[in-house]
Amino acid sequence: MNIVVTVKQTFDTEAKIVLDGKGSIDGSGVNLVINPYDEFAIEEALKLKEKFGGDVTVVSVGGERVTEAIRTALAMGCDKAVRIDDPALANADEWAVAEILAKAVSKLPCDIILSGRIAVDDGSSQVAVRLADALGVPSVSSILKLDIEGDAATVTREIDGGTELIEVKLPAVFTAQKGLNEPRLPSMKGIMGAKKKEIAVLSLADVGVGAGDVTAKMGVPKFSLPSPRKGGKVIPGEAPDAARELAKLLREEAKVI
Amino acid sequence: MAKGIWIIVEQSKSEIRKVSLELLSCARAIADAAGEPLVAVIPGHGIADLAAKVAPYGADKVILIDDEKLAGYTTGAYTSALNKLIRKEEPRAVLIGNTAVGKDLAPRLAQRLGVGMASDCTGMEADDTNFLSFKRPIYGGKAFAEVAANAVPVLATIRPNTFPLAEPDASRKPEVVNETADIDAADLKAIVKDVAIAVSARPELIEADIIISGGRGMKGPENYKILEDCADVIGAAVGASRAAVDAGWIEQKFQVGQTGKTVSPTLYIACGISGAIQHLAGMGSSKVIVAINKDPEANIFTLADYGIVGDLFEIVPLLTEEFKKLA
Amino acid sequence: MNFELTEDHIMMRKMVRDFAEAEAAPGTEERDEKEEFPMELWKKCGELGLAGVTFPEEYDGVGADYISYAITVEELSRVDAALGVTISAHSSLCANPIYMFGTEEQKKKYLPPLATGEKMGAFGLTEAMAGSDASGTRTTAVRDGDEYVINGTKLFITNAYYADTYVITAQMDKSKGNRGIAAFILEKGTPGFSFGKKEKKMGIRASATYELVFENVRIPAENLLGQEGQGFKIAMTTLDYGRIGIASQALGIAQGAYEQALKYAKERVQFGKPISELQVIQFKLADMALAIEAARLLVYQAAFIASEHKVPVSKYAAMAKVFAAETANKVATQAVQVLGGYGYTRDYPVERMMRDAKITEIYEGTSEIQRVVIAANILKD
Repeated sequence: MNIVVTVKQTFDTEAKIVLDGKGSIDGSGVNLVINPYDEFAIEEALKLKEKFGGDVTVVSVGGERVTEAIRTALAMGCDKAVRIDDPALANADEWAVAEILAKAVSKLPCDIILSGRIAVDDGSSQVAVRLADALGVPSVSSILKLDIEGDAATVTREIDGGTELIEVKLPAVFTAQKGLNEPRLPSMKGIMGAKKKEIAVLSLADVGVGAGDVTAKMGVPKFSLPSPRKGGKVIPGEAPDAARELAKLLREEAKVI
Repeated sequence: MAKGIWIIVEQSKSEIRKVSLELLSCARAIADAAGEPLVAVIPGHGIADLAAKVAPYGADKVILIDDEKLAGYTTGAYTSALNKLIRKEEPRAVLIGNTAVGKDLAPRLAQRLGVGMASDCTGMEADDTNFLSFKRPIYGGKAFAEVAANAVPVLATIRPNTFPLAEPDASRKPEVVNETADIDAADLKAIVKDVAIAVSARPELIEADIIISGGRGMKGPENYKILEDCADVIGAAVGASRAAVDAGWIEQKFQVGQTGKTVSPTLYIACGISGAIQHLAGMGSSKVIVAINKDPEANIFTLADYGIVGDLFEIVPLLTEEFKKLA
Repeated sequence: MNFELTEDHIMMRKMVRDFAEAEAAPGTEERDEKEEFPMELWKKCGELGLAGVTFPEEYDGVGADYISYAITVEELSRVDAALGVTISAHSSLCANPIYMFGTEEQKKKYLPPLATGEKMGAFGLTEAMAGSDASGTRTTAVRDGDEYVINGTKLFITNAYYADTYVITAQMDKSKGNRGIAAFILEKGTPGFSFGKKEKKMGIRASATYELVFENVRIPAENLLGQEGQGFKIAMTTLDYGRIGIASQALGIAQGAYEQALKYAKERVQFGKPISELQVIQFKLADMALAIEAARLLVYQAAFIASEHKVPVSKYAAMAKVFAAETANKVATQAVQVLGGYGYTRDYPVERMMRDAKITEIYEGTSEIQRVVIAANILKD
């Protein structure tokens, strides 16, 4: 069973966000990590590989710094990686990234594509589902359990207020929700072995996409920072008085009860 | 000529989801300003009576797509049906709630249509050049991005509880149109075998007006009862921080934060939650935040509108009693 | 000259830190309180390769360098110094002498299970009369046909009771002093080999420290490590490398205590502002950071030298150990001071860290002995 995992590198969730001189998000000096949801996808891929055999290929779109995330995935046990890097990607939107990934993935032998359900940076939660459509394969979002039998998967997906049990034919795309598994740490040997694994760096031309074919559908975003929320009243007094005062303020001042 | 703002209405068992009505309420003013019709699109099965339920919230037109294949949500059937209808009718914008359905359907539909999309928006404005611009929190609410599409149509998912519901206007009589669903067999590769909805009298977390949440300070699973008692008095949902979920005290589906649900209630009561940045990412857009924590230096107090420094096991039951008196 | 860690080192640090924070940190204080050995964590360390960092892949080790090892012990100790010394004593004091002085047969037999963490190692050198001075060794070994017969008692043995494989020293010819000592590999369960008193310690309380008792313990002659009479040299070389582990442990304790103090100073408000805005606290934090950076450079330098094998590591390991140990003690004591009354309670980890730090100035050669080693090295030329 061959599996593709799409991986994105994101800011550490502790990172403080600042804008640079051009009004863009300033990534200098920020600690980068694998998108936490992608770790669930990697772990699931590795579990499937352990069960059914086959190769796990990591696919990522982005510059040199993404190599860090890719190496971590390889250290965890993925077999090889493809990184797509091209100057024409500077303003790529979710549509463009999905089109590019589709071209790259369609060249790989692949029964299952796994991805995190959302990236914690831009939080757009689009690319994996778009990729499924671009590939013309079904997708199941936000999965909590994945069982494979033959060429079909039985999947538990989180929905608002509950879960759905879905049966789907492979190949298919699945996006991983927290709860699917506990991602492993890369072992020391895995880390030592990662640098021996192949990372193919491909341009748009290499994957068969013309720069003009991926003109973004969305405009370049304008970034701003929220005005910091200020702490309000700390209600003093003994517990019964404080509770009474709080209820009163919520009713009369905030008008939310 | 592309026209109209479409709201994809979510429904289940003859009930319209609140976020769909919020979208109609909010889009009404934009449609008026742009001189565009506002259209409520309801996919489903046996939905004839639903047109009347959305009518008071401002739609000029209601499109019913009634098909047994649309009875429950599936990615493929909904994408297939809506893709064809959107190509035929050419709306300028298609909006849906940022719900489990919206998050799954909108990107798939956007790719099928070859168009752009803005996710989890908390702001939306008419825009002279791009028709609509969207404001969306990124990096867990630590920044905002304003985006607009380079072409129409544009798709967007809108965060529930962001826009207020309009006063229903019973006099509104939108045009009701029935459309047939044209669903490709190729889009039916996934079958929903079972749907398990937890039976709860409490509101769904992402749509709740009030959430009372417990963190590390809850000390154990048995103590969530005091939050539940309080929640039931004020019609709140119960939430949790990651610390409580990781400790195994409460199911992951109740987690609010960066790796949990993003919520935007009118009132968020944080009990025994220190206010880690990852938690704020999930609830920072709440309108009013209350913090109850025994540590006066807990970060949560730096952003709470109201705080009580004290023992939550003492204060929450007292607060529940006070809320009962107000009821 | 290049002060940069490699990509591998950075990834290893992140992995060990993630592991330590997720798995070790939640129970560190409880294990300290209950003096409970971290057996579950040890197993997980083994699965991650932390039990065999420096040993070649042919013996199922990771095949990484000593800087990787230093980072491993540092990161574990930053959160749990007792876990740090468990790994350090196992790797440096048991697996390493077998790797450096063992025959190919001994290496093939003993190293793989040690390197994978399937088995744990310990080292028995110290005795009641042989602390800093190994020539006081009273444990005896007598050759008897194809066996050696061991009698005596070893004291303060880290990992004892839990460990499976022991490297021990014994006197074969008292008239020869240090040159009469031999080293042996001994397996737990050998008849006559038992454990005495469990020490109740000031710090690293979760680490196991027992007496080893040998009563006519018969071990096969093939378990002699090196040559008869080579035991003292084996022990000293073992300690030279072992000091890198303890220096790393001390560095980790210092780093952990410093981070606690820094975090607290930013949050604690007195006189209407965070105490980190008070110069008297700023200077404490600056001194901590300064000492830690200096210690880290010495520790990583010693680790680098241990990996390169171009010059003897003895002097550099001693320098790293004494400096890092004294830094750990200074920093942990100052961290308690920054936290004030809270720091003195067991509600905050700096109290434990201050207790844990002390041992790093004592075991594997006291700070005084390190200075003897340094002096001997600089005066011999």
